[in-house]
Amino acid sequence: MSELDTIGFGLVIIAAAVGGAAILTWFERRLLGVWQDRYGPNRLGPFGVLQVAADMIKLLTKHDWVPPFADRAVFVFAPTAIVVAMLLGFAVVPFGPDLYILDINIGLLFFLGMTSLAVYSVLLGGLASNNKYALLGGLRSAAQMVSYEVFMGLSLMGVVMLTGSFNLRAIVEAQRDLWYCIPQCLGLFTFLIAGIAESHRLPFDLPEAEHELTAGFHTEYGGMKFAMFMLGEYLGLLLISCMITTLFFGGWLGPWLPPIVWFCLKVFVLICFFILLRAAIPRPRYDQLMALGWKVMLPLTLLNLLATGAIALLLEGA
Amino acid sequence: MQQAQVTSTGGTVGDLFNRFGAPAFVLQPTPDNMPTLWVDRDRILDVLSYLKPRFPMLLDLFGMDERLREHKPAAAADFTVVYHLLNIADREEIRLKVAAADADTSVPSAVQIWPNANWYEREAWDMYGITFPGHPNLRRILLPPTWQGHALRKDHPARATEMEPFSLDAEKQEAEQQALLFKPEEWGMARATADTEFMFLNLGPNHPSVHGVFRIALQLDGEVVVDAVPDIGYHHRGAEKMAERQTWHSFIPYTDRIDYLGGVMNNLAYVMAVETLAGIKVPDRARVIRIMLAELFRVSSHLVFYGTFAQDVGQMSPVFYMFADRERLFGIIEAITGGRMHPAWFRIGGVAQDLPRGWDRLVREFIDSMPARLDHYQVMAMDNSILKQRTVDIGSYSTREALEWGITGPSLRATGMDFDLRRDRPYGGYDQFEFEVPIGHKGDSYDRAVVRVEEIRQSLRIIRQCLDNMPEGPYKSDHRLTTPPPKEHTLQDIETLIHHFLNVSWGPVIPAGEASFPIEATKGINSYHLVSDGGTTSYRTRIRTPSFPALQQIPLISRGLMIPDLIAIIASIDFVMADVDR
Repeated sequence: MSELDTIGFGLVIIAAAVGGAAILTWFERRLLGVWQDRYGPNRLGPFGVLQVAADMIKLLTKHDWVPPFADRAVFVFAPTAIVVAMLLGFAVVPFGPDLYILDINIGLLFFLGMTSLAVYSVLLGGLASNNKYALLGGLRSAAQMVSYEVFMGLSLMGVVMLTGSFNLRAIVEAQRDLWYCIPQCLGLFTFLIAGIAESHRLPFDLPEAEHELTAGFHTEYGGMKFAMFMLGEYLGLLLISCMITTLFFGGWLGPWLPPIVWFCLKVFVLICFFILLRAAIPRPRYDQLMALGWKVMLPLTLLNLLATGAIALLLEGA
Repeated sequence: MQQAQVTSTGGTVGDLFNRFGAPAFVLQPTPDNMPTLWVDRDRILDVLSYLKPRFPMLLDLFGMDERLREHKPAAAADFTVVYHLLNIADREEIRLKVAAADADTSVPSAVQIWPNANWYEREAWDMYGITFPGHPNLRRILLPPTWQGHALRKDHPARATEMEPFSLDAEKQEAEQQALLFKPEEWGMARATADTEFMFLNLGPNHPSVHGVFRIALQLDGEVVVDAVPDIGYHHRGAEKMAERQTWHSFIPYTDRIDYLGGVMNNLAYVMAVETLAGIKVPDRARVIRIMLAELFRVSSHLVFYGTFAQDVGQMSPVFYMFADRERLFGIIEAITGGRMHPAWFRIGGVAQDLPRGWDRLVREFIDSMPARLDHYQVMAMDNSILKQRTVDIGSYSTREALEWGITGPSLRATGMDFDLRRDRPYGGYDQFEFEVPIGHKGDSYDRAVVRVEEIRQSLRIIRQCLDNMPEGPYKSDHRLTTPPPKEHTLQDIETLIHHFLNVSWGPVIPAGEASFPIEATKGINSYHLVSDGGTTSYRTRIRTPSFPALQQIPLISRGLMIPDLIAIIASIDFVMADVDR
């Protein structure tokens, strides 16, 4: 691809990701409605899909307010960080054999780096608000991210070992015979958990936990700045689904249909699964979540790593 | 009459007479036949201490202004403090009264004997200006700290039109603002210890999980709750004062709004107390209709509890299912009463109308569908391991603690105490029904939920029995004080016409006397203590609600836990702020 094409494609991806995240807010509410025996937004436009536009107009026209007691610069910067980091993460996702923005040999590491950056958004938002609920939310997110970062990276190392590369296209190509969700089922499981924690959605929405901390780290946010946090959360959901598809479900691979269709289908199913999780599971307490991270998930990841390494060595020796 | 009471109380009064000498007491006959003794205020603490082992629960403590009462008991002075004690083992109750003159309204504090006397005495001080020497923290509880006067005194205005128009000048505003400033010392909390500086978090009065306008000031070390001080009164509407202006009949709609999830359950406690005063016997059909409606509302209230309980521990979906069921229930209640949350449908002497045609089909459809749905919810919510992790062993208390703090209803049964007024001191016809009383054993948040969920099933059982055995006959008593009285004969004989005319114009004149009627309401024991001075309005209406003591106990069970635990505790005790503040 020429440089101009890459920029053009990048813009298409940004538009698609942001648009997708916006549609997701509507889709999630409709889906939850189905599962919870109610309608959800169904009035505006076909199936209520224009609700997204209405929400946009509402958020855009709200008073762009910064509380006088907040740290102004950081307060404004915080919500942008999550959106930028998440969008950058999309750069390395291979949507098809030839559909990608960046094809770098450390694609996986780049993705991990970007999601780690997104944490700062929550942290800074919580701190800059100068509000006790926000502070508690920020604290929780710091603790949660630190512990879940650790095994998030580790859980993917099995995939890297099997492929022998950090390049995401190579990882997809290596799954032609068998998707990694079978040999790396433990890795998938742990990455899934870490992924939800990373996008802080129920049951891992402790930084927000509306029943405990009113709205946690974004208690003081409103209007478009609040919308940026929401956008970041849904972008995160999309990105995690894309990564799981790429790493464990063979990315664009699949018979008959064009690769991009396969990719989108898999992502769609994963998103539905995440929404179902949100609908079904209560929120654990913050120390229970830490305990789960360090005492269960981390040993599991290490076990997976050891086993994968041993098997890889054996196969190589044979 | 007095002699009959002494023998009927299983000797408690006799024992008191033996211990303190008969001259120490004055017996007051009451229409509810509860032994009522006047005690000298110098001796009251001794008497209460003596009774404590037998009566572990201080069910209620309240003040009263006797100054304008015409049918004043001989022993009464200007003000009275009333203690209502409950002996669960022998299903026995006793009422003690202490008189205080206007010149010196002090009555010794009972906080050392029953810890839950704390809030009750604060309320009596707030409302009547009765002081309680020995009370650790005697300040206003329901009214704002800047309030002038004591609102339930007879000389305090009852409506805005009796006062000067309200104005808020700069000076007054400043004073109000100052009164709102949070000073931890005033709440009995230190700002720091030698090595820790605490954070104070103001949880409420507006917060997603406090179920109304309830405020708790939290002293935090990280996320650990060092101390919690509840602050109530934000939902206070002066229901007890309103009762003194409304006719006996027109107060019924106000009762609906006390425990606003309990609907006609509130009517029941009130009208049964009035009927005790008036000596009305309610016909069978009305009794069964009342029980059926009350149990439907118990189911409705517990469904709200169930849904919000799951929601407060972070589970998103169950509440929608429970509210959908409640909506179907409201459909039935609307078909029968015309109202939904606040039907105000019970009447003195019966109910407002007969059941509509086709009611049985509606009720049957509902109770047939519920068990399967409850099974479904069991899997969805109660069996969920995260929900269990969040609530098992969180906020537990023993039976003894529950009794000492005046905890009643499902929250008491969750500790393993097998006590339900419906079965153990049946009222209104409950003795004709078969049902079990579910109990827990640990007294933690989870057990409190388990007991309530099981109670839904038992209530469905009772409703089915009502459905299958609904008696024929009149739906209201033909007593002359029944309001509104049966109208059939009004145009035939002058006597009925006069009663009808008087009862619907002035309202009924209830004979002078005092009565209270504790019932097993949705959240615990609800009781109306009514004092009639022989007029068309009540002289004093005291509303004892189960939510009030439940909130007082929160600090005891939440110290040392984390904020999410506190939320789980709040979710599990099932209170309604209108039921607390009245």
